[in-house]
Order: sequence, then C-alpha cells, then structure tokens
Amino acid sequence: MLTGLSIALGTALVVIVLVVYGVVAESFRDAAQGYHLILGAKGGKLQLTLNTVFHLSQPIENIPYSFYKEFTEYKDADGRPTRGKYASAVEVAVPYCMGDSYQEFRVVGTTPDLFNKLSYGTLPDGTPKFYEFSAGKNFTADDFRGAVIGAVAAKKTDLQVGDHFPITHGLAEDEDAHVHEEDAFHVVGILRPTGTPNDRAVFVNMEGFYLIADHAKPVEAEDDKAEGPHATQLIQLREAKDSLQQLLERDTLSAEASTEIERIDGLLRTILEKLSPSKAEVKKSQSAGRSPDDVAGSADGETAGAIAPLPENQREVTSVLLLLKNDVFSQILHNKINEGSVAQAVYPSREVAKLFEGIVGHVQTILLILAILVIVVAGVGVMVSMYNSMSDRSREIGIMRALGAARVTVMSIVLFEAILLAVLGGVAGVCLGHGTIGAFAPVITANTGVMINFWEWAPAIYLGGWSVSPELVLIPSLLLLAVVVGYLPAVVAYRTDVSRALSHSP
Amino acid sequence: MLLLKDIQKSFIEPDGTTLPILGIEEFCVARGEQMVLVGRSGSGKTTRLHVIAGISRPDQGVVEIAGRDITQLSEAGRDRFRAEKIGYVFQTFNLLPAFSALENVLLGMTFTRKAANVARARELLDRVGLGQRLTHRPAALSVGEQQRVAVARALANNPQILLADEPTANIDTGHQQQIVDLIRETCREEEVALVMVTHTPEVCSQFDRVDELAEINRVAQRVK
Repeated sequence: MLTGLSIALGTALVVIVLVVYGVVAESFRDAAQGYHLILGAKGGKLQLTLNTVFHLSQPIENIPYSFYKEFTEYKDADGRPTRGKYASAVEVAVPYCMGDSYQEFRVVGTTPDLFNKLSYGTLPDGTPKFYEFSAGKNFTADDFRGAVIGAVAAKKTDLQVGDHFPITHGLAEDEDAHVHEEDAFHVVGILRPTGTPNDRAVFVNMEGFYLIADHAKPVEAEDDKAEGPHATQLIQLREAKDSLQQLLERDTLSAEASTEIERIDGLLRTILEKLSPSKAEVKKSQSAGRSPDDVAGSADGETAGAIAPLPENQREVTSVLLLLKNDVFSQILHNKINEGSVAQAVYPSREVAKLFEGIVGHVQTILLILAILVIVVAGVGVMVSMYNSMSDRSREIGIMRALGAARVTVMSIVLFEAILLAVLGGVAGVCLGHGTIGAFAPVITANTGVMINFWEWAPAIYLGGWSVSPELVLIPSLLLLAVVVGYLPAVVAYRTDVSRALSHSP
Repeated sequence: MLLLKDIQKSFIEPDGTTLPILGIEEFCVARGEQMVLVGRSGSGKTTRLHVIAGISRPDQGVVEIAGRDITQLSEAGRDRFRAEKIGYVFQTFNLLPAFSALENVLLGMTFTRKAANVARARELLDRVGLGQRLTHRPAALSVGEQQRVAVARALANNPQILLADEPTANIDTGHQQQIVDLIRETCREEEVALVMVTHTPEVCSQFDRVDELAEINRVAQRVK
C-alpha cells in the first residue's frame, strides 16, 4: 500500500512537471507569436526580447520615432499620405514605449493595432488566437488616456473599467521612480486571460504616454531652427539677437541696447513656447485629441480645446512589433535593418526558443530527473517490500503449487502483482497530479497568467513518427519498471520448495 | 489405479549425510478404494503423499496413476497432472484467506486446461453444506466449515485420487466424524480413490484397509 502510494506520488510529480513545463513552453511560444520581428535599439537581442515579449529585465535604449515611421503609412508635414521606406512589406507595425510601471506591472504605450490586428499563439487547429476582452473594449487612437489592462494585472490591481490610475515613471523597484499623479489614465478594457506575459502588463495609448511629464525627448535648440512653418523667421530673429550681442560686446552700442537684446530674447522664448506645446498646455484639457497622423508635423499649437500630441521630434519608441506581409520579407527586413546603424531586428520566436532551451529546459530536465528518481526509489521500495513478503507468502505459493499451479504460474502471479501495483499507483499518480494542477490552477493563473486546468495534458512529443503525450509514455514505462522490480520476488516464488512451504505452520 | 513400485526417497541433511525417508517395494490402491496410512512422526507419511501427488520426485521407482508414470513427466507436466487428476486435503486446510469459499474452490480449477466451472464449484459447496456461505471468507467460517471448503476444492476437478493429510487433526472431536463422513461419502459418490493419513484410531477403525508405516523403509500391511 505504502509502496503503491510512493509510486503514485512519484508519478504525480512527473505529471506535474510535464504538464507545467508543457503549458509554460506553450505560453512562451504563444508570447512570441503573432508577429515576425521585433525592432529595437542595437544591443542585446535577449534583452530586447525580454523587454518586449516578457516585460522583464532593465529597460533598453529607444529608437527614433522617424525610424518607426519608415514601417508605416503616414501623412507628411503638408498632410499628404506618405508611405515609409519599408511600409510595403509590413502588414502591421505596433510600437512599444516602455519604462513606466503601475504597481508591479509594466506599462506599455502602444497603439490600438496591438489588440485589433495582432494575434497571439494558435489554436490546435492552427487558427490564430485573437485578443478578447472580458470587460470593456480596446482603446481608440483618439482616446489619449485610454488603457487596457491584462487579465492578471487587472485582478491584482483591482482595476475596473472606468477606473483612473496614475503610472509611475520608471519601474517600481527603481530608487528614482516617481508617480505621475496628474497624468492619470482611465481603464477602457480588460483582456481575457491569454496565458502570455501580456496578462501581466498595462497597455496605454502611446499618445497619452508621450504626454506624461519627462517622456518628451529633450530637443536641441538647433532642432527648433529646422522645424515648423515659422522656422525662417525664428532663425532671422536669433541671428539679429546674436548680431546685437556681438555689437554690445565690442562696445559699439549703448548700454540701452542690452535692454533691447533682452526683449528680443524674451520674444524668442515666447515664440518657441508657442511652437512647442508645453505639458502645461496639455494638462489643461483631458478631452480627446487628434490622431498622430492627423497632427504629424503640425506642431504649431493650433489645438485649442483638445490635447495636442507630442511633436514627432520629441518622440521615441522602445521597440516595434512587425507583422509582415509574408515570411520572405521577414528575412529581407531582418538583414537590412541589422546592416544599418539605427536599430536591430530580432526573431522573437528564435530568441524565446533559445531562452527556453537555455534556462527553462534545464530546470525541467533537473525536475524530471528528480521525479524519475522518486519513481525509481519507489520501485526499489516495491521490490524490497515484495521480496520481504515472499517468506510470509511461501505457504500461499506452496498451496497454489500443491493445487497444480506451475512454477511459471506463481512467478507470473507475483510479476502481475508488481505490474498491478505500478499501474494502479501510476493511474492514481496521474489523477493526483492532475488533481493537484486543477486545485492550484486558479492560484497559478492569477499569479503568473499561465493558463492551466485539471484536463491539461502534457504537450505531445514525437516518438518514431508518432505524436504522443509523455503522460501516455509514463504508464508503459511504469510497466517496464514493474517487470524489473518484480523479477526478483518472482524468481523467489519460482524457486519456492512446495514441501517445505507446506510444512510451515500457518 | 495407483501403483508405487521400488520407490526410494531420501533427503540430504545439512551436514551432508543422506537420510532415507521412503523405501517402498510396492504400494497399490484400486479405483474407488478408501484406505488410511498410519505411523509415527517421521515415518514418511506426508512424503509418501507428496510423491504420489508429484510434489516430490522419488530418487528412483515408478509412480503410476491411471496408467501413467508421473516420474517420467516434466515438473510442469506433473503440476498439470496433479491439478487434473489428484485432489489434496491438508491438515491445516490451506485456504487462501483473501478469497471467499467459492473463490477458493474455483482457484483449484484455474490450474487445469479447462475453464473454471462455477456451477460445479457451487454444487460441491452445496454438497458439503456450505451452499449459503459461498461468499464468506475463511476467517468468517468455523474450523469445520473451512475443512469442508478444502474438501470441495480437492474434488473440484473430478480427481481420480484424493490425498488427505490428517484432515481431522485440527478439528474438535465433535466434528471430526462429520469431516470423515463427508470425505468418504463424496469420494464414494465420485468414485474417487482415497488415501488418508491419520493418527486417530477411531478414524482408522472405520476403514477396511489400514497401512501402518511401522518404521522407515518398511511397510506392514494389515487388512481388517
């Protein structure tokens, strides 16, 4: 009984390891599906993947917004539809702006296309899985303060549709992190669980993300000269000021001229402020603004009564998810981008596979070895227990032999007992393993986003061209173990001397 | 029906010496005959039964049952022969405790080449007075009832000879006669030869043939 229980426990452990590994592996794969490439700053491929796909690791450098635009269709400064250099190859380009957090969850500034046009993972029949909402809906492009919350993040933070929440600049664990109380977002949708890391993230409209204090890229004075419809006049004013300054320094102007120079300087500052909408202006209005394409290049401050988007020269993106029109483009773009100096492109699925094989795979192997050792030890326990019981059962064996049972028959009976013990223990272990998974499923899903349930079978492996679940391999393996451990007691039964066995008192 | 001829059987002692147990010139039992073997402990009564049953193989000699010399059979052949032709009732009943009365009788049938006959098992238990206790396990049966199950089991395969090794030794005096009567009656009904080992003079006195094993290697036959 106890030996059967130890086999059941060992089997349960193997089942739990196999199923959890399988589900986590599937979750890893799903997380990196739905798009071909990730664009990001030059540097570590793994860090870019960890940041973008898993919302982990330290934030990475940004890439210019103008580079992201090369993968999209947009309107130029004059409002004419323009196609980026690589746009013809791209089905969808979804930008990610990262670096902020809400409680322990990363905040991602992005566009509605993430949930409208990208999928995650595939169903068993091969069809892609699209994001669904358990409450509310996706945010719209013109709802700058709209946010969508991942299932786990929503549960942990208690955020509901309609709630307002501020985000923290920097990650929660950073020392210099601070909360932007004044820049609250409102929840418009909560995602259904996807089993991907996106369950543990908060997605906000990228436009709103840009408008948060400190999120605008610092702009060099030279940049101001070159942009906007009044650039020429600005340059002329600056030149006039510089010229007056020089004259003053050479003492060719009276002291009153310095007052004039300060007046010009003040005028310049006023004009510059008008050209670049400040955060103060942005905060005045909480109503919807225009889409980024509508306002592209129109940083002239003509946005009275609406939130004005951040000018493009102050924007950056952390990474871009690229869904391409076909697989061939992914190879071409991958090479082309990596040859340039602006950004790198990585295949997320490859990086995830490498990460999985490199870390999770080893952990699974170690756990599996431990679990198999538990079963083997239980098997040895069965052998010792049965072997010891043989002396007690010698009379029973003698009776059967006296009734006409052949040596092979009693040997088979003992072997059958070992097999029965192993199979029953194994079946009980499979049930126990699934029961444990089922019992802890809500906790696991709530804490990790990994979707798991009682009926979850370990994903199939390929054996000799057949696709089988490792759990189905488990029972034949236990049979083999039973034959091995039952052999010694069976031999004892085989060798039992009937006369001697019958002469023992009962 | 049963013939033992020129049988020699000895055991090797732990010190390496040979201890003769059996030395039988000739021993015959006819079909349907009922006889008892008596003798002191160590006179080789049980060994003789084991040799007849094919459990032990004699060092030499012939053990012929229904015209077949079982010493010429392989061990597996002797096992099968024993299952089909020989019934065995033990002093200590030797029922399997985990099995019911019916299952114990059926167990005796499973080692033959024929399928277990449940109807025959029920009929036998009914005949020994246990028709209402088929599903009881040995622990729930009295000592006498256990021996009745053992008798039913021994007769389950329609044997040609029934070997009973002190079947009444563990039964109180009041029930001994019932068991003896049961064994003799059922053997008579089934035309089964009976070789019974006993120490009880009352039992011996009921048989026409009593073979007394006076001492090792010598058989004295006394016919009443």
